[in-house]
Amino acid sequence: MERLIRKYVDKLVRSGLAEAGVPLMGARDAELIWNRDDKNQAILEEIFAGLHISTLLFAPPAEPYRTLVDFLARTSPGTIHPQDTETRTFLHELPVVTSLAPAEIIRALKNRKCAIVPGRGIITYGTVSPEQAFVTFSSACFACFVKFFADYLRDVRNGSANPEQKAVFQQVVDYLGSPARLDFSLTHGPFRDEATVLSAMEEAGKATVDCRLVDSYFGNISCLFKDILYISQTGSSLDELRGCIDPVPMDGSSCVGITASSELSAHRAIVTAGTHRTVLHGHPKFSVILSLACNEKNCVLRGQCHLRCPRQRQAAGVPIVSGEVGTGPYGLCHTVPPALAEHRGAIVYGHGVFTVGKTDFNDAFASLLDIENACRKEYFASL
Amino acid sequence: MNGWCGKILKIDLSSGRTEAKRPEREIYARWIGGRGLAGYYLRDKVTRSWDHPEMPLLFFTGPLVGATSPTSGRMTIMSRSPLTGTAGDASVGGSLGTALKKAGWDGLIITGRAKTLCGIEIADDQVTLVDAAALAGAGTSGAYTRLKEKGAVALAGPAAEAGVRFADIVVDGHYAAGRAGLGLHFAARNLKYLTVRGSGKIRIASPEALKKAKEDVRRLMAASPVLLGELGLGQYGTAALYDLLDARRMMPTDNFRRTRFDAARRMNAHAFRQRYAPRRTGCRGCSILCKKITADGRSLPEFETLSHFSALVGNTNLETVMEANRLCNDLGMDTISAAATLACHEEIQGRPLEPSEILSLLMDIGAGRGIGQALGQGAAVYARACGRPETAMTVKNLELPGYDPRGAYGMALAYATSTRGGCHLRAYPISHEILRKPVATDRFTFSGKARIIKGAEDLFAVVDSLTACKFVFFAASLEEYARIYTAVTGVESSADDLLTAGERIDYSERIMNDRNGFRGTDDDLPARFFESPGTGDGHLEIPPLDRNEFLKARAAYRRIRGLNEEGRPTREKAAELAIDWDGCREG
Repeated sequence: MERLIRKYVDKLVRSGLAEAGVPLMGARDAELIWNRDDKNQAILEEIFAGLHISTLLFAPPAEPYRTLVDFLARTSPGTIHPQDTETRTFLHELPVVTSLAPAEIIRALKNRKCAIVPGRGIITYGTVSPEQAFVTFSSACFACFVKFFADYLRDVRNGSANPEQKAVFQQVVDYLGSPARLDFSLTHGPFRDEATVLSAMEEAGKATVDCRLVDSYFGNISCLFKDILYISQTGSSLDELRGCIDPVPMDGSSCVGITASSELSAHRAIVTAGTHRTVLHGHPKFSVILSLACNEKNCVLRGQCHLRCPRQRQAAGVPIVSGEVGTGPYGLCHTVPPALAEHRGAIVYGHGVFTVGKTDFNDAFASLLDIENACRKEYFASL
Repeated sequence: MNGWCGKILKIDLSSGRTEAKRPEREIYARWIGGRGLAGYYLRDKVTRSWDHPEMPLLFFTGPLVGATSPTSGRMTIMSRSPLTGTAGDASVGGSLGTALKKAGWDGLIITGRAKTLCGIEIADDQVTLVDAAALAGAGTSGAYTRLKEKGAVALAGPAAEAGVRFADIVVDGHYAAGRAGLGLHFAARNLKYLTVRGSGKIRIASPEALKKAKEDVRRLMAASPVLLGELGLGQYGTAALYDLLDARRMMPTDNFRRTRFDAARRMNAHAFRQRYAPRRTGCRGCSILCKKITADGRSLPEFETLSHFSALVGNTNLETVMEANRLCNDLGMDTISAAATLACHEEIQGRPLEPSEILSLLMDIGAGRGIGQALGQGAAVYARACGRPETAMTVKNLELPGYDPRGAYGMALAYATSTRGGCHLRAYPISHEILRKPVATDRFTFSGKARIIKGAEDLFAVVDSLTACKFVFFAASLEEYARIYTAVTGVESSADDLLTAGERIDYSERIMNDRNGFRGTDDDLPARFFESPGTGDGHLEIPPLDRNEFLKARAAYRRIRGLNEEGRPTREKAAELAIDWDGCREG
C-alpha cells in the first residue's frame, strides 16, 4: 500500500495536477497509513470512518486548475455539471460542498466519486486501489478545465462573459505553458518484430502523456503487425504500457483481448481499411473544448450532440464527429473509422482525438500534437 | 409499496396450506430482497438438518426485478446446503424472478414434504399443488417442454431424486441455480417443479429518475469491453474468459495440478462459435445476452463448465464438453461440482478419463448407479472415502471453479472467506486482478486484498439482493445502482448505505455458519496451493501461495470484517449491524 500511495502522489505532481508536498493520501487494509503528517488528518480519518472505502485523497489542485475549479465551485453552487465524456460516462457530476466538515463530505462522497471544497481542494476516494482516487482527481481537473474554457468561449461569443469570468480567464491563461512539442523522433517503422512494436507503443504512449495530450488512464494506442492488432488494455495508462498491451488476432480466433481498450472495435475498423497500421487516441484539452463550441442556434438535437449531430463540423482541419465510448448504437466505432478514411485525425465531440499513422507512430503523434496546438490557436483567435 | 410487492407466499407442502405474509417495511429496508431477505427467513431455522421438514426452501426476488432496471431479472434460491452444510444460495437468471414479481410476490417460502411427487403452480394469487407422478425421473429438458406453457419453470432433475449432493435447480430449461446442491431440497420435499405466471406490474416511485439512472448504466455498459466489446460476454458468453485465463496461467488443469492447458487454443469460445453457430439470448430484461443456444437447443457451456470439462479433466473434445453440459443440465447437476468430482476421481485412479467415460460417469452419477453413487456425494466426501482427502479441491466441501488461486491472490483469499464455500462469485476479484475493473490490481500480492475482498463481498451481497447481475458491475458501480434503487423504491439511499446492508447480509450468513459449527479454520484452501507451483512459461513463474502471507491476509480480513481472532462472529459486531444475535425474527 505504501508503494501505491507513493506512486500516485508522485504521479499527481508529475502530471501537473498538484504541487509537490501538497497531496494528502491515506490508504487502509487492516491499518490506515498516510503519505505524510498533516493537520487535516483527523478530519480525513473521520471521513474514512464514515465510508466503505480503502483510499482517500485530498489536495488543492495545482494551477491553472486551482483557480478555475474554485471559480466553477463559486459560480455553480451545489454541483458542477461538465459536458465532457469523462464526466458524462464516469463521474456524472461534481458535487461542491461548503466546507471540510466531515458530515458534509461524507454525504457528498456517499453519492459521487469526489467532492470539491472551494478554496481548499478536491477530495476523492478509492474502494479497490489508490489509483481510483488519482483517476477521479485527474478527471475532475480535466472536466473543470474543459468546462471553464468552453463556457468562456460561449459567453464571449454571446457577449455575456462577466468581469469576474474575464479576470479568472486572464489569470489562468497566464498559467498555461507554451504549446507542447516533441524534440525527438519516435521509433521509425516498418517494425520488424513484436518486441519493436511493443517498445514503439510504449514510447509513443509515454510521449503522449509527457506532452499532456491525455490524462490519467484514458487514451489508447494500437499497431497492426502481421495480422495481430497490438492494443493497449482497458484502463491502462499510456505512460505505463509495459505488460498492458493485448495481442488481438485480426481473424477473431482468440478472446484473449477481452481486456483490450473499449475502443478495440474502432481501432480494428481503422486498420482494416488498409491505409494505416497505427492509431493513437488522446484527450487533448483544447481539441475537446473546441468540439463543444457549436454556434448552431435552435438545433433540434441540442443536448444530444454526443450521440448524433446533423452538421459536418471541423476544427483544425479535421472533422468533429459524435459518438460515445465503446460499441453501443451511438458508439464512436461507427463514426471515427469513416472520418479517418479521409483525414489524418478526427475529434470526437466532448471526448478526444484519434489520429493515424502509416507505418509507425511519428505521423500519428505529430497529427495529435498539431491538431491540439491548432485548436488552441483557433480557440484564442476566436475570442 | 414501490419496487417491492409487499407480500411473501408461504407454502407448506405437508398440509397443502398457503399463507401470505406481509413483512414490515423496515424488514425490506434492512434486508433489501433476494439473498438478503431469503437469509433473513433462513436464519432461525438454519441449525436444523437440511432435510428437516421445517427447513425452508426460499425463492426471493429483489426490488429491481420487473422494474425495467438493467440486468435485473435474476433471483436467489436459498436454504441450508446439503453439500456444504453452510447457508447455501444460488443466484439464477431466466424469467422466474420476473414472473414471481408480476404474480405479486417478493418471495416464496416452501416447507414441509408432500406425500407424493408434486408440482407447485402459481398464477398471480392462485396457488395449486399438482400431482407430478408422471414426471418422476424425467430429465429437466423433457419436463420443461411439457411445462413451459404454464409460465416460468423451475425444475429438479433425476440427480436430485438419486440423492446427488450437488443436484441443482434448472430454470426455463437453460438457467441453473447451480451451486450448493439446492436441487436436493426439491427431492426432500417430494417436489418436482415450480411454475409461475404473473400478470401484474411493478410500481415505480420515480419513472423519470429511473430513466436517467438507466441511461447512466447503459452508457457504462456500452463502454465496457468485457460486457459489450467484440470479444466480450455479449458476443461469446462467459466462455470469452477462457483464452485469457489460460494466457494468465491460471486455468485449473488436471485437477489443479497444472495451471495451463495445452489444448486451450482449440477449445476456446471462438472454436465453439465456429462449430455450433449459436444464437444470443439472456435473462429477462438484460441487454448483455451472454447465454448462447445452439440450433439443436443446447446451451453453449459457461466459462467454468468449459474450463472444467476440458482442462480440469484433460478433455480435448468439443462435443464431449457440449454433451457433458447438456447431461448435467438434463440430469439437474451443478457442472462445476460434477466436473471437479470427476477430476478428483481421475487423480485417484491415476489415469486420464476417456471422453466416453466422462459422459458415462455423469449418467451414473445422475442415476445414482454404481460408482456414480459415491461420486454423487461430491469431491470432498468421495476423496475421504477413498483415503485421498488431499485430492478434493474444495473449500468447505464446495468444489472450486475455473480460476486457479495461485494466479490471483485476492481470489485465494475470497475462496477461503466465502460464506458458501469455494465460490468465485462472492467477491469476484477476477474483476480487478484479471479484467482490470474498476482498476487493475497486482494479482500476485495479498497487500490490500483483505479490505478489497471484504468490500466486494458486501457489494455482491447487495447485488444478489437487489437483485441484479454481477457482470454489469464490470462496468457500472453501486453509485449508479443506488440511484436506480431509490428511483424504483422511493427509499433515499446511497451506494454507501447499501454497502452497510450488504455488510449486514454477509455477517448474518457468517452467524448462521457459526451456529452450524463452522470455524475460522474452515476458511482455508487445499494444501496443494501452498505446496505446488502452477505452470510457468520461463518468463512468468507461478509459485505456490506463501502460507504465512495468506494467514496474515486472513487475519487482516478478520479484523476488517469484525470477526474475532478465531474468525468467529461477535455479538458486538452483530449489534453494530442491527442483527439480532439470538436469531429470533421479528414480523
